[in-house]
Amino acid sequence: MAQSALFKSSIGKKFLMGLTGLFLISFLVIHAAINSMIWFNDGGETFKKWGSFMGTNPIIRAMELVLVAGFIIHIVDGLLLWKQNRDARPVKYAYSNPPAKSKWYSRSMGLLGTLLLIFLVIHSAHFWIPNRMQQGLTDWHNEINLYGRMLEVFKNPLVVAIYVFGCISLFWHLLHGFKSAFQSLGVNHTKYNQTIEYAGIAFSVVIPLLFALMPISIYFGLVN
Amino acid sequence: MKVNLKVWRQKNNKAQGALKDYAVDGVNPDMSFLEMIDVLNEQLISKNEEPVAFDHDCREGICGMCSMYINGRAHGPLHGTTTCQLYMRHFKDGETIYVEPWRSKAFPVVKDLTVDRSAFDRIIAAGGYVGVNTGQAQDANTIPVEKENAEKAMDAAACIGCGACVAACPNSSAMLFVSAKISHLALFPQGQPERKRRAINMVDQMDEEGFGNCTNIGACEAECPKEIKLTNIARMNRDYLTATLIEE
Ligand code: SF4
Ligand code: FES
Repeated sequence: MAQSALFKSSIGKKFLMGLTGLFLISFLVIHAAINSMIWFNDGGETFKKWGSFMGTNPIIRAMELVLVAGFIIHIVDGLLLWKQNRDARPVKYAYSNPPAKSKWYSRSMGLLGTLLLIFLVIHSAHFWIPNRMQQGLTDWHNEINLYGRMLEVFKNPLVVAIYVFGCISLFWHLLHGFKSAFQSLGVNHTKYNQTIEYAGIAFSVVIPLLFALMPISIYFGLVN
Repeated sequence: MKVNLKVWRQKNNKAQGALKDYAVDGVNPDMSFLEMIDVLNEQLISKNEEPVAFDHDCREGICGMCSMYINGRAHGPLHGTTTCQLYMRHFKDGETIYVEPWRSKAFPVVKDLTVDRSAFDRIIAAGGYVGVNTGQAQDANTIPVEKENAEKAMDAAACIGCGACVAACPNSSAMLFVSAKISHLALFPQGQPERKRRAINMVDQMDEEGFGNCTNIGACEAECPKEIKLTNIARMNRDYLTATLIEE
């Protein structure tokens, strides 16, 4: 069998993008589920319990490394795609009028991804990075009070606005990314397409909406 | 009717090109777009100017030569047609119409509106064939082919290699074309022995030619004159991935 350099090839890059994308989607589910526990309004009890489980369990912490790798691969692969695709058309059209069937958000995944990357940096600087810094390499149980910090950070309307904007970018990114991942992995079949399509839309709405409601409800004092 | 054209003029591959304005009068609404360009060229010749170079052959939507990016769309505003099947009645009297060549690193401009699409030929040469003699027409019936597959293969084989998919794709990706060519052979029993190798060789050649990477936008499917489906790209992904990841 002839050999091909899988990850250098165009299809290999799509494959990696889809695979890491689906992995990051699974992370979003867990992240949203645990954070939703702030709405129990039990002074953050349940949220803290699960939050510190995620921050101290060795298996989860090992998975966290895989998650970071997933983010990095997804971002680097995305940048590579963006660059190669830009170079593939050195002379642009003077006048372009894209067909309605090709959606603006599908054409703008590079832009949406960049917005999300900026958001990711801001977001991890708020919570994840300070927490891991305090924990250091060994002192895992010495966590910062994430719940208290959340209530603090989201007093600022500008921060709330940035988070909501981040969630809107996530919505458009997922609206393309969810079903696109399946196509890239070669799953496109009349039996499943409708399910994937609807699941993708539902997921893209529900997850970013949950995330956006967190800073909003904290800002309006609905979480205590 | 009268139209105002903005046509890309470029002497040769090395020269700088630019859009040039031309007013074409006395256009019959039932002329095809190519016939309107013929009228323009008659005018230019009578004025001793260089006519606009453009590709065309069959003028009935089957050869795939008539590459033109018209008013921001591959083959113009209609769906499922080539430039030769586009009629002037679809434009307004006095309309300004942009006419540009396909834009892709892999399709260098030869002159004016003509581009070099031999990258497609090299992709076909890399694996778009069945390597043994499969017999005469009547021999085709000696091996049963599922009706479903025959239909899908026929749909994929409708690809005329025009390159509109590349022209319309924001990434200049050739995956719709390559997947159509891979699919119509992959769906037949005669295409099986070389199926995996074919996927690898054709994809490798496609990458080498400098086409962009598909990001599942779907502009190709929307603009393809033969309405080739994105399902073909998924099939190509499957064939390529199983060939590289699973096969020995
Ligand atoms: S897939 Fe469609 S647009 Fe692309 S070359 Fe074939 S016929 Fe033309
Ligand atoms: S000239 Fe042959 S398809 Fe248009």
